[in-house]
Amino acid sequence: MRNSFPLWKNLLILGVLLWAFIYALPNFFGEDPSVQLSPVRSAKVDDTVRKQVEELLQGQGLKPQKVELNDKRLLIRFADTDAQLKAADAIEKAMGTNYTVALNLAPATPGWLRAIGAQPMYLGLDLRGGVHFMMQVDMEAAIKQREERYAEDVRTLLRENKLRYRSVDRQNGTIRAQFDDTATLAQAQSVLGREFRGLLIDTDESQNVLLATLSEVEKREVQKFAVGQNITTLRNRVNELGVAEPVIQQQGTDRIVVQLPGVQDTARAKEILGATATLEFRLVDTEHSVPSAADSRVPLTAQLYRDRAGQPILLQRKIIVTGDQVVDAASGMDQQSGTPAVFVTLNSIGAKRMADTSAVNIGKPMAVVFIENKSETKEINGKKVTTRKKVEEVINVATIRDRLTKRFQITGLDTADEARNLALLLRAGALAAPVDIVEERTVGPSLGKENIDQGVRSFMIGFAAIIVIMLVYYKVFGLIAAFTLIFNVALILAILSLLQATLTLPGIAGITLTIGMAVDANVLIYERIKEELRNGNSPQSAIYAGFERAFSTIFDSNITTLLAAVMLFGIGSGPVKGFAVTLTIGILTSMFTAVMCTRMMVNWVYGQRRAAKLWI
Amino acid sequence: MAETITRNYKIDFLGKRSIAVGLSVILSLAAIVSLFVKGLNFAIDFTGGTVVEATYDNPPDLNAIRAQLETAGFHGPTAQHFGTARTVLIRLPPEANAEGAPATEGTAKDAVAEDLGLAQNDLKSRVSAALNTDPAFKATITRVEFVGPQVGDDLTESSILALVLATIGILVYVAWRFEYRFSLGAILATLHDIIMIFGVFSFFQLDFDLSVLAAILAVMGYSLNDTIVVFDRIRENFRKYRRGEVIDVINLSINETLSRTLMTSFLTFVTVLAMAVWGGEIIHNFAIALIIGIAVGTYSSIYVASALALRLGVSRADLLLPEKEGAVDTRP
Repeated sequence: MRNSFPLWKNLLILGVLLWAFIYALPNFFGEDPSVQLSPVRSAKVDDTVRKQVEELLQGQGLKPQKVELNDKRLLIRFADTDAQLKAADAIEKAMGTNYTVALNLAPATPGWLRAIGAQPMYLGLDLRGGVHFMMQVDMEAAIKQREERYAEDVRTLLRENKLRYRSVDRQNGTIRAQFDDTATLAQAQSVLGREFRGLLIDTDESQNVLLATLSEVEKREVQKFAVGQNITTLRNRVNELGVAEPVIQQQGTDRIVVQLPGVQDTARAKEILGATATLEFRLVDTEHSVPSAADSRVPLTAQLYRDRAGQPILLQRKIIVTGDQVVDAASGMDQQSGTPAVFVTLNSIGAKRMADTSAVNIGKPMAVVFIENKSETKEINGKKVTTRKKVEEVINVATIRDRLTKRFQITGLDTADEARNLALLLRAGALAAPVDIVEERTVGPSLGKENIDQGVRSFMIGFAAIIVIMLVYYKVFGLIAAFTLIFNVALILAILSLLQATLTLPGIAGITLTIGMAVDANVLIYERIKEELRNGNSPQSAIYAGFERAFSTIFDSNITTLLAAVMLFGIGSGPVKGFAVTLTIGILTSMFTAVMCTRMMVNWVYGQRRAAKLWI
Repeated sequence: MAETITRNYKIDFLGKRSIAVGLSVILSLAAIVSLFVKGLNFAIDFTGGTVVEATYDNPPDLNAIRAQLETAGFHGPTAQHFGTARTVLIRLPPEANAEGAPATEGTAKDAVAEDLGLAQNDLKSRVSAALNTDPAFKATITRVEFVGPQVGDDLTESSILALVLATIGILVYVAWRFEYRFSLGAILATLHDIIMIFGVFSFFQLDFDLSVLAAILAVMGYSLNDTIVVFDRIRENFRKYRRGEVIDVINLSINETLSRTLMTSFLTFVTVLAMAVWGGEIIHNFAIALIIGIAVGTYSSIYVASALALRLGVSRADLLLPEKEGAVDTRP
């Protein structure tokens, strides 16, 4: 009896292993300290900027290792952090207004590996240092805002329909409208029911009262919008913070996670994240010419602004509508012209003002001003001084074509991208649901480094100990097991890299633990072979039986660990999730390596000959 | 070919099961008593609160640190050494930040905008300022973790859910693959292991954080590995030996799998030990939980699971249901 795999099986296994080694490789090249230059708003990063930066650095006597232009960003790699910091300072000073400059640790993956899509794993905050915020959106406040808006809309609608009401107010989640008689009540009910599908309307005819509450669908809609809007706002701010590879994502129904790798100054991060933004719709002052105004002779009724390209523009002082009256803004296509458009929805107060103003100003241009209130804390003479800064910018100018109402659209935008950006800014300036920081974790960069070192060290020691024990105990088969374990680690790393999973300290612990567990399969098989030999079977049949019989046991025993790992993935946040992921992947790969790879190697060593004795 | 089983195994495990069961019952009771009397020392992952890790130039005095923090307006701070004498771990109970200690001059409180609700003093700067009031001891803050009470409550809830679901999942799986009496035996053995971990963490008041819970779930899966290997062998032997006492079949199965059970447990133990010794403070308790789990789990899969299955009255007939694998003896 011989033990051998058909050629295709051997080739398949070898192919998988080769793949694993190649894709695990990027994790061993380390990282280059680098500076990342990304455009702010309308600025662009292209070859001219690249040249500009290269010349700038040359002037400073700094030699970058490589300057790469990709993804609309410029990545400048340096040999050491010293050069990196100097370069960042120089670039910030020279080009800081239109670009954000961020320090980054760019993976030093060789080009040929990047060309085949091999990338290193992403390191978690506990390993690279940085800030993690979890924010909770105040849903109650969001719903309250929406109810107030509805109360307003109800008043307006009743007025428009000439339905006399005594009062409309909002209490404990109910909008209550009091009427004089049953007839008006019935009319109001039908009008409101037709107009506001998001409201559940009930009446109390004995008191001539109409009660309206938000429907469940509407509430869910409000929540979705509140979270989405906050995420958009936060993303804008984070971009401004100039953080390389930030993470902003929703968690659960009402929480948002923001992770800023490399950021240490939590106070500054909070300041920027917490900046408020609002909007103003104003008419453009067409009576006075801009150049004269630029010489600081601004007429009393007007105010000088700049648009996004930096051009001065004169706007009337009178504000038509402010951001808190904007309910929603979405980008899309204008149905008539098929060009990109932004659809704006106002609340009823805003709608009335807009209608009144636009009706008498048809044909005149109207501008949208985006205003950000930022606060900055600086240390001056040992004392922290906080200054407030108001940044105002005209983000759009459009001609009024018609009397604008509750819903109107802004067209004439060049690209769909521009429409999206405008909608985003309009939403960011609208009244947002408040958020609270409910979790905050900061890890210093030195601690992150220490965590990596400790994690890797404990892994290496554990790994080495297992190999030694296996060699002593199982001899040739122990050596095969050692190779199997190395294959297993390579496979785990390759799959984690391919998934672009986040490696955390518990994740490293998970890999270490997996090694201890993965070798279990080898032990099971070897013990079985030993037993078969003791029972007087020939070496070849012992090998055969050992593998065949151990398989169902290996399968059963791994399934339960897998079950536990999946549970863990469900509850885990951040680092612990990393543990669940590595454990799960480790279990799956170990089944492949322990059964297939071990078998292949045992076949090679013992399968083709009449071995009298197995070194086991 | 039916073989008759003889008592040719080395160790009569089940013969001494009363001692083992007695020991397990006593230890489990002790663990439960400790849980009720001392409770668990839950970390901020579950309770909410703040943890700050600071590294000093020279070993500081913990009492002085507590005093510094109290002066700065933090309520009920605790400080302890963390790994080295120069590293200090400071804990602040949740109330201290929820209430918002009086805003000290110069904090960004007023400036931080209201609409994003970030009107909260920056903890890191406040703690850093408080710790650096004595110029002789310079502190650098290496880690800050703040968890709101709501987040902690949610995590506690989902943790309990995960433990319950994992237990049910294992119960169902083992019942499906083997037999319900084995399943009960396996799950009780697993719960026994978990209770021991809880007991040790309660008795020594070790920090019980999310990573420890992760370790417990891993132990649930792992401890079951060993149990399943034993059960698998019991099933196989029931089919092989048509005659003989149930207790002898189980004893033989345990003996046959003993070297494998010990070997794998030992190997896993070695890796976990490496983690506990060299892995650093952050995963120390995680490693401790795994160490306890692996040690107890090995014992329980040898003794508790099989003894329970025997006690519950497992018999040959229960396992001789037609099944595809192992039904045919492939021996030459």
